[in-house]
Amino acid sequence: MGFIEDTLVILITQVFFFAGGWVFFVKKLFRDYEVHHRLVQLIFSITFSLSCTMFELIIFEILRVLDSSSRYFHWNVGLYMMLFMVIVVIPFYIGYFILSNIRFVKQQVIRPLTVMIWLVYIYIFWKLGDPFPILSPKQGILSIEQGISRIGVIGVTVMALLSGFGAVNYPYTSMAYFMRPVTPADVQAIEKRLLQTMDMIVVKKKRIALVKKGALNNGSGDGQGRSGIWGMLRNVTTSVGKSSSENVWQLKQEVAGLEELSRQLFLEAHDTHNMQERLIWASTWQGKYFNFLGYFFSLYCMWKIFISTINIVFDRVGKKDPVTRGMEIAVHWIGINIDVTFWSQHISFFLVGCIVVTSIRGLLLTLTKFFYAISSSKSSNIIVLVLAQIMGMYFVSSVLLMRMNMPAEYRIIITQVLGELQFNFYHRWFDVIFLVSALSSIGFLYLARKQAPGEGV
Amino acid sequence: MAAIDKVRIIVVGDSGVGKSSLTHLICQHQPISNPSWTIGCSVDVKLHEYKEGTPYQKTYFIELWDIGGSHSHRNTRSVFYNPTHGIILVHDLTNRKSQQNLQKWLGEILNRDSGCKSRYSSFDDFDPEQFVGSTQIPILVIGTKLDLVEQVRCHSQQRSSTIAEECGADEIFLDCQQIRSLAAGSSSAVKLSRFFDKVIERRYHSRDRISPFSDKRRSAVASLSPKFYHAD
Repeated sequence: MGFIEDTLVILITQVFFFAGGWVFFVKKLFRDYEVHHRLVQLIFSITFSLSCTMFELIIFEILRVLDSSSRYFHWNVGLYMMLFMVIVVIPFYIGYFILSNIRFVKQQVIRPLTVMIWLVYIYIFWKLGDPFPILSPKQGILSIEQGISRIGVIGVTVMALLSGFGAVNYPYTSMAYFMRPVTPADVQAIEKRLLQTMDMIVVKKKRIALVKKGALNNGSGDGQGRSGIWGMLRNVTTSVGKSSSENVWQLKQEVAGLEELSRQLFLEAHDTHNMQERLIWASTWQGKYFNFLGYFFSLYCMWKIFISTINIVFDRVGKKDPVTRGMEIAVHWIGINIDVTFWSQHISFFLVGCIVVTSIRGLLLTLTKFFYAISSSKSSNIIVLVLAQIMGMYFVSSVLLMRMNMPAEYRIIITQVLGELQFNFYHRWFDVIFLVSALSSIGFLYLARKQAPGEGV
Repeated sequence: MAAIDKVRIIVVGDSGVGKSSLTHLICQHQPISNPSWTIGCSVDVKLHEYKEGTPYQKTYFIELWDIGGSHSHRNTRSVFYNPTHGIILVHDLTNRKSQQNLQKWLGEILNRDSGCKSRYSSFDDFDPEQFVGSTQIPILVIGTKLDLVEQVRCHSQQRSSTIAEECGADEIFLDCQQIRSLAAGSSSAVKLSRFFDKVIERRYHSRDRISPFSDKRRSAVASLSPKFYHAD
């Protein structure tokens, strides 16, 4: 196929991915908000589309679809555009929206201030490369490697953090072993306490309202229509007024304490409801299936932590990808007679496809949860842009790391396009951060469980 | 204090629309200084003169239960819904989705009232007219952040929201940061006071006489379908 047809194919798929990102934005992310700035939606969809294009090109590489020269061309175009988005466009607009949200910045000052902030960001971004041995020293300044190497560091850190936490959290949430038994009586007991606290708050507030109304009546009865400081001073001289103002202050203190207690009780009731729902879910078919998988996952997680430690301690770098190693085991040890090249292609395609789909899905779900947790109507634009930035960096680094999972003949394109990077460093860095993240998640969950009420761990 | 009767009104709406600012403005006559996300529920009380200026004037306590609208707390906040004598639905004028979500909020309250614990499922076949007709809880719709609307929309007209039309409820637009939004004598204050009177009447005086609620509704909302009315 000629170059024109290849470009058309890629463009059509890019339009599909763009539409997918757009729909995801509208239906899932901005479910509760109105879109005031179409630009944010555009940026998010473009970043998503470029990331999916990169994955698509890897898969085309394995399946040998399209000409290799056009693949190479599109790789370069896609990568440059992605770098442009992640380094130039998104940080600029993040700065712009943050400044627009701050109330005391004047309208005409916003743009020049944004440019200044962007320059500071570029400087920090540049300096990020110094402590890491990520480049061989013979690169120019504006080469693609400079940008990719730094983005790779940040992206790999995010990936490893999410993997570490996910690997620990998944068995914890889906295995029945970790679920606390909760009876409906517990739920009702906490709700009753909560409502009693609310009633006490209401009683005290009513007393405050009556006292204030009484003070107002006293003040107006004296012919002075003023409340506030003169009314207070006047009331100090009369005994009734004095005790009422002290009472109000004391009542307000008590109300503040009770309100704090009501918040704690509400959160406790919320935890108990969640635990109840989880128990109900665990008894369904889906819950049982996840519980079963949970055992495998905890084994996998422990093995991964072990392997990462070994890799770091013994400074070991994996040279063979799992596909080739699996082939070797199958051919040499088990003795199956298979056509290595044929199966290698199909199995790599399957493996890479799985990794791509699960990582896209996993990242989008995590981003959505994150967005719901921390966004408000004022900050929604900023948070979406930050998420788009993280998404771009994440996908670039997953391309980088995926190189290790592919047999040697398919690695060439990635090495060619991404340039002369020290790939081993990134794998080592992933192992380190994965270990740190998994261990701290274990510690964190253990502490959270110990602090949970009614629990003797 | 035991002599003063009370009614209970819940204030619901999406997270961040301004329910806490609104309750603070209504009860303390002051804009709130630093609002933070409401966890659970925060209550405030107001002394209201029922039928002010007439010989039937009586003081009542109005409890405003401002329920936090955070999505994740959905399963726990149903404990606050019963019993309620009035509902204030709050939406944000700069965010059209918060207005569309008011339908879901009414559905959530209805599901709790009928006692079935179906999670979020049946608000598609939920009919607000039927709800209001069967339970006859007075409803008020309030749109907040009026001052920010001009920044966000090119046209500053406010169409009354569909949920207000469907329930035959009054609607107020205001800016919770300004004391003069609810200054005595302004149309918003009059509508609010009328709503409180309606709630009190529904709660305490409807057993004495045939409620004028049905006649008022039938004349005011002539465009609704005739299948609307159920027997009391």
